[in-house]
Amino acid sequence: MHPLRRKRLILILLAVLGVGAAVALALSALQQNINLFYTPSQIVAGEVPDQARIRAGGMVVEGSLKRSKDSLNVHFDVSDGTHAVTIAYSGILPDLFREGQGIVALGRLDADGVLQADEVLAKHDEEYMPPEVAKAMNDAKAKKAADGAPASNY
Amino acid sequence: MSWTFFHKLGSPKWFYGISGKLLPWLTVASVLLLAVGCVWGLVFAPEDYQQGNSFRIIYIHVPAAILAQSCYMMLAAAGIVGLVWRMKLADVALQCAAPIGAWMTFVALITGSIWGKPTWGTYWEWDARLTSMLILLFLYFGIIALRMAISNRDTAAKATAVMAIVGVVNIPIIKYSVDWWNTLHQPATFTVTEKPAMPAEMWLPLLVMVLAFYGLFALNLLLRMRLEVLRREHKARWVREILEKSA
Repeated sequence: MHPLRRKRLILILLAVLGVGAAVALALSALQQNINLFYTPSQIVAGEVPDQARIRAGGMVVEGSLKRSKDSLNVHFDVSDGTHAVTIAYSGILPDLFREGQGIVALGRLDADGVLQADEVLAKHDEEYMPPEVAKAMNDAKAKKAADGAPASNY
Repeated sequence: MSWTFFHKLGSPKWFYGISGKLLPWLTVASVLLLAVGCVWGLVFAPEDYQQGNSFRIIYIHVPAAILAQSCYMMLAAAGIVGLVWRMKLADVALQCAAPIGAWMTFVALITGSIWGKPTWGTYWEWDARLTSMLILLFLYFGIIALRMAISNRDTAAKATAVMAIVGVVNIPIIKYSVDWWNTLHQPATFTVTEKPAMPAEMWLPLLVMVLAFYGLFALNLLLRMRLEVLRREHKARWVREILEKSA
């Protein structure tokens, strides 16, 4: 390669490297601010600012969803596998909301450590499948559970 | 490796000739791919077990998002070639690809927002993936505006090339935003290294659509570049000969 061209190429690469390093530093300094939500573990550990509106995200714990009979009030637990946080919400939940599904809730923590949410968003994963496949997988899981149950009695 | 191919690319006349031969093939291929992908994805592919039919917007959203990022990487590559080798055609490519990339980003953002309402429950959320994609759109706008603001062609070429190269740091941020931070957006559907997390009857049409978008992009880019080459070289004899022949 022509020496002049090589010099220009090296100069460009250095510039990109420099800009990249600067952006990387800025992003790592902003780490927590870029996260869309706090995980239940972070909330339990007290990493959350007091009296601030925060987002909490995690999986809705199976069997934790309780609906009020005469209003739109619901409350449910959200977990990240190690800790769980209770979320109270009043309103219509998104279509994809269900137990075992990832969600993000926006609201304030009250004195009891319950997140009083005014917005609940559903997350979904990158796994798509036809309904028949999902049904077959659920059936297989149920069958396995049914086969496994008597064995545990012994 | 022989560099004659690379050096020939510097000749607008050679480019005009070879691109003219490529055009019909590219047109047929991308129209075919687009027709097959659309019908397959929108009609025959099975619906999703959770999202139902609304997931079908993936067949527009993902190809547009992939193209938006590929196009930006092409801009940066063209910028480097233009700055280091001072190739005129690289600047033509950079100027002509920027509006296409901006449109692709716009389509990805709009379809994502339409998709977000029924699935997530919101049109927009300031999550890392969505925000970095919006920044990509502004980068495209910046490149287009910079070109229009500077009347001297050589100065404009250098300025836009530098901007395209510097902006490329945003591309890995977009790509890894879903892994580095907690986001509302789910991780990537398509990766080079892993099997897609959906059955073949769902990802095959998606692959066809991605290829169709690449074809359409190349077609659109070549058409725009040919026009721009004619405009820039209008004083050259070969251009006059072509125009006289077609007149």
